[in-house]
Amino acid sequence: MCVAIPGLVVETDGIVGKVDFQGNILNVNMAIVDAKIGDYVLVHAGCAIEVVSKSRAEEIAQIFAELESIYNES
Amino acid sequence: MNLEQIINFLSTYDQEDIKIMEVCGTHTASIFKNGIRSLLSPKIKLISGPGCPVCVTPSSYIDKAIEWSQKPDCVLVTFGDMMKVPGTTKSLSEAKAEGANVKLMYSPQEVINDAIETPQKTYIIACVGFETTTPTYALIIEQLENKKINNVKLLTALRRVLPALEYICETDTEIDGFIAPGHVSTVLGSEIYYKVAKKYKRPFAVAGFEAEHVLLAIFDLVKQVINMKHEVHNLYPSVVKPEGNIVAINYIDKYFDIKPAYWRGIGVIPDSGLFLKQPFRCYDAGSDVLPSENEEMLTKCRCGEVILGKITPPECSMFSKICTPQNAKGPCMVSSEGTCGIWYRFSKENG
Ligand code: SF4
Repeated sequence: MCVAIPGLVVETDGIVGKVDFQGNILNVNMAIVDAKIGDYVLVHAGCAIEVVSKSRAEEIAQIFAELESIYNES
Repeated sequence: MNLEQIINFLSTYDQEDIKIMEVCGTHTASIFKNGIRSLLSPKIKLISGPGCPVCVTPSSYIDKAIEWSQKPDCVLVTFGDMMKVPGTTKSLSEAKAEGANVKLMYSPQEVINDAIETPQKTYIIACVGFETTTPTYALIIEQLENKKINNVKLLTALRRVLPALEYICETDTEIDGFIAPGHVSTVLGSEIYYKVAKKYKRPFAVAGFEAEHVLLAIFDLVKQVINMKHEVHNLYPSVVKPEGNIVAINYIDKYFDIKPAYWRGIGVIPDSGLFLKQPFRCYDAGSDVLPSENEEMLTKCRCGEVILGKITPPECSMFSKICTPQNAKGPCMVSSEGTCGIWYRFSKENG
């Protein structure tokens, strides 16, 4: 039920927008996020719940960096 | 440090047994899909938690939804996940087969358009979910208010995750750490776990749903447990801020009150429910239904124990014999995020 998927904002007036999910364009409620055209948003139940702030590769790199010190602990 | 080293660490771990609960059903599915258990030392156990809102929805709620769907000029609108959940006597999909008015939705938003186009019908939205979904319903109420639409009502079974985690920490001392639900955290933020982490001395890792996310979260928690730490780490920073989505949180606060709520198979958990606030009660479709005392006694379904991580699905004598997704005896078998259903699907796929 809490599944949410990222999509690319192709149109938005701040309240409703159109989001491209790998070629499928769907209407999405944009009222609770501050997203512009070209942003990726995380969409749940037809509602964008957050702007995706970094790519998956960037994110994984950041997590590795943060866990580095933990890795080196005994 | 790289993923190989992490996997090596996790597969050769040989200290005290560690139990980690993945709270969210989507994590449970990811763990199965990516074969994560096979990468872990037998000393690291993953336990599925209460993070399937459909699974904890009382059968009396299903009964109420069916009641609406059978009224003339009423349409009960729901996500597909709810269709096969057993009520006291039947499920929504059985009611639909008997002629009840049940319609599936992709988003509650589309119901607004239906209601405007067909004013002679009353639309009842089955609103089931955690804090991830609640803002969506707050936005619906706002639109009903603004557009003066009075033929839409909400039948809510909205639950808060944190009180359920506190309940688990109170009653089960065996869970050593938690993989926090990623998308609930998107809305509420990673900071909400601080209090519970500190009070019960349990570490939390907020995680995404890819294999790497989950492995790194398990690694983080195992390390924290070994070093007797109980910190909250946000390992899903692309969509989770420490403070969450403030606009969404404000929407929840504006439209919903926090009250005790009943969780199927578990009982009443204090402060765990979200119910429409007084000025908006006119949009409520009778969500305060309380379960009849013995409703859960009628079946031998052990979903309650599964949800709390006390047993795994195969320990239920009905699992995969009498209880299958086609003929479910409990909600954990029907929902795509239900632990029994996930175990069933993957045990079939992998022989
Ligand atoms: S296998 Fe079926 S009956 Fe047993 S706990 Fe799971 S849903 Fe309930």
